[in-house]
Amino acid sequence: MTTRRELLKSLGVVTLIGGLPQLSLAKARDDARFVLLVLRGAVDGLALAAPYGDSHYEKVRGELAMPAPGSSDGLLQLDGLFGLHPSLQTLHQSYVANEAIIAHAIASPYRERSHFDGQDILESGAPNNGVARDGWLNRALAPFGSQLGSEVAIALAQNTPLVLRGDNSVTSWAPSRLPDADATTLERLQRLYAGDEFFATRLEQALRSQEIAGGMAASGRNTGNAARQFAELMESAARFLSTPNGPTIAVVELGGWDTHANQGASNGQLANRFAALDNGLGRLREGLGDHWSKTVVAVVTEFGRTVHVNGTRGTDHGTGTAAVVLGGAVDGGRVVADWPGLGDSDLYAGRDLRPTRDLRSLFKGLLADHLGLPQGFLDEVVFPDSAKVAPMRDLIRS
Amino acid sequence: MNKAVIAANRFGYGARPGELPAIARHPEAWLLDQLQGPSRVHSAISELSTSADVLVAVQELRRQQRRDSKDGDVVKNYGRTVRQHYIEQVNARYIAAADSEQSFYERLVHFWSNHFAVSADKQPLPAIAGLYENEAIRPNVSGKFVDLLIAAEQHPAMILYLDNQRSTGPGSALGVRANRRRSEQEFGLNENLAREILELHTLGVNGGYTQNDVTTFAKVITGWSIGGATERGRFADGVPGQFEFREAIHEPGSHTILGKRYPDDGLGQGEAVLRDLAVHPATAHFISGKLAQHFVADEPPDQLVSQMADTWLRSGGDLSAVYTTLIQSKNAWQAVRSKYKTPHDFLISTLRAFQHSPDNPRFLIGALDMMGQTPYRPGSPAGWPDSAAQWGGADALYKRIEWSDSVSRLVASRVNPVDLGDAVLGESFAADTRNAVSRAESLTQGLTLFLASPDFQRR
Repeated sequence: MTTRRELLKSLGVVTLIGGLPQLSLAKARDDARFVLLVLRGAVDGLALAAPYGDSHYEKVRGELAMPAPGSSDGLLQLDGLFGLHPSLQTLHQSYVANEAIIAHAIASPYRERSHFDGQDILESGAPNNGVARDGWLNRALAPFGSQLGSEVAIALAQNTPLVLRGDNSVTSWAPSRLPDADATTLERLQRLYAGDEFFATRLEQALRSQEIAGGMAASGRNTGNAARQFAELMESAARFLSTPNGPTIAVVELGGWDTHANQGASNGQLANRFAALDNGLGRLREGLGDHWSKTVVAVVTEFGRTVHVNGTRGTDHGTGTAAVVLGGAVDGGRVVADWPGLGDSDLYAGRDLRPTRDLRSLFKGLLADHLGLPQGFLDEVVFPDSAKVAPMRDLIRS
Repeated sequence: MNKAVIAANRFGYGARPGELPAIARHPEAWLLDQLQGPSRVHSAISELSTSADVLVAVQELRRQQRRDSKDGDVVKNYGRTVRQHYIEQVNARYIAAADSEQSFYERLVHFWSNHFAVSADKQPLPAIAGLYENEAIRPNVSGKFVDLLIAAEQHPAMILYLDNQRSTGPGSALGVRANRRRSEQEFGLNENLAREILELHTLGVNGGYTQNDVTTFAKVITGWSIGGATERGRFADGVPGQFEFREAIHEPGSHTILGKRYPDDGLGQGEAVLRDLAVHPATAHFISGKLAQHFVADEPPDQLVSQMADTWLRSGGDLSAVYTTLIQSKNAWQAVRSKYKTPHDFLISTLRAFQHSPDNPRFLIGALDMMGQTPYRPGSPAGWPDSAAQWGGADALYKRIEWSDSVSRLVASRVNPVDLGDAVLGESFAADTRNAVSRAESLTQGLTLFLASPDFQRR
């Protein structure tokens, strides 16, 4: 069998990894918290942060255009060019407090229009499809020595998403649809497992997660609406990341962004989705308490949507979009963009927002400056063949 | 641990009560006899529709959906139909595995279906993933590898999953016309299938091929498509829903792959490449390693893998010969249980222990989903992983315990957990575990302890 180690050896990077732990621990703040929020379905970046100051904006967006800041139902002012969707109140507060950055006209290296492949590229960290079988955030864990029973990263999901899958041990938790096994049965299982380390460690770890998740399990079992489930999931993430010796990195997912029809503008379908996202971000910030000052949250999606409105009052799959970085550790209050413009000749393939930044730059900047990972490791292992994609070095407060 | 228990659990999907004594008479022969294949395919499977019929039907619904996208009923109808096919096929798969007297053969079918993985998270795969397993994989798991390989790569499910149906050679009749009109968006080369054949299905990622080999191979298999009109009404020729070689998009000319020149032979050109890949030493070693990892241990002994690869090459990729080498190796019969069951494995062995033919597919799919292995949905062409490192998450174990508890509540009134343990684990039911189970405060608790015990969770 080919192991990842053999693969890395063939790439000549094993020694690099071998030398990493001291290197990185010397630099990484071991109290740094990182949350990756993957929005599945392709978020309309022009609705998330609208370029109301672009002279083409109102014309190209038609009925999806939102009023300028200051008007009724208007955008929330970011700067002279961009305004945040009116549903994103909490995010706007963070922006005003210099704790949030909007990166615009950004995209992964993927240039086709399939959700499936787009999410694969976003999560594998590979430059194209079919190269990597594991996720960039898992590969990034190597220097942390993420071990079974003391996992550094947790997926708040039933299935570990690709971005966190791989050789490094990660843990997972999701609200259960089944009744808890009763306490005496669990006690007896603990005794039964006592002679078997594999089972004993895992049961301990799971019981600890159950304890941390505590009340969440009970309410999470109700199916409820998606917005409430997401809010509860974000509260759970905060609880995990606040627990002493618990995980410091979490991955959360939220779907429902594929707005091909009846997208809405300041109000409507997408506005409700943004409200759910915003509420979740607020719950996370609240839940993290003092840890917020050491936290970075990255909110990303697989690609953007068409600039023009389609025939069903929505938007179709596009390319460039917006990403959000927020948290107490973020040097924020800025929109980061090389704005390509919305004129017909500015668009990518005549229909999409042209990407001028690579999402990998953003990820690499966060991993380098927030988690302290060395650039060579990021260029070759975490994001293979990405040496030419320079990390954004100004995202984190020094 | 005696050989009957090993044969039933490590190679099969676990004993049903009453099976162990029969296996014990000659465990190796019990396994080897299964390589002839079952005398008949389980009726749950043989009664399913063909993938061609299902594909044609769901594509017609998709066309309606495009035409009447504002009609909510039409949109729902597509989703409901696809879901219905998926549920039927999943149910048939687990009924066949639960009932099978040749569970080694079932395990082989599932191993290969996962090796040549398609994933139901891409439309319309949920409607045909199970049919793909039964049509391309099931009949071919104990013959020559090349036949299995060609059957898998030419099945519409694989063609659709890895986007080969419209992959167009730049020098093909249609490619040349499209280039003149500069409509590259619609007509271009798609490397997806070619890359995965080399990386995942044959040579393995370290198999010695280059990016150039991938691109050239992609050209060689342009035209491997599906008959009948596509969603947008193009290409009406060929038998709808079945594999179709489309000359019009096939890249002409001879091509060199891994240093060997393949003359232009239409469909035969790609098949000739597959024939060579099937008996390449890298393929023999890569897949022998995967087989040994699946059956024996997460890190199988090198010696065993080499022996299997030698047999592979000597026999020209005769899979039954390779399995025979595995079964006859001492390495395969070590008493230690070194494999942590996957959720799929755990679920089937539980059904078998209870002699229960699944009758509630939603409960079954829900259970596998919650334990992290949604049927036919590995999420990537690499398929499900095959080691405890991947399955051994803490939450995953907790979900197994919760599920064991729920199942135990359903069946406790009719099963005695100590008798059950004796019947399915025989003398390998560890004294400590047997003790704990017998002292349980209720039959439900005893069953939960048994199902969640390391004895039952490992094979």
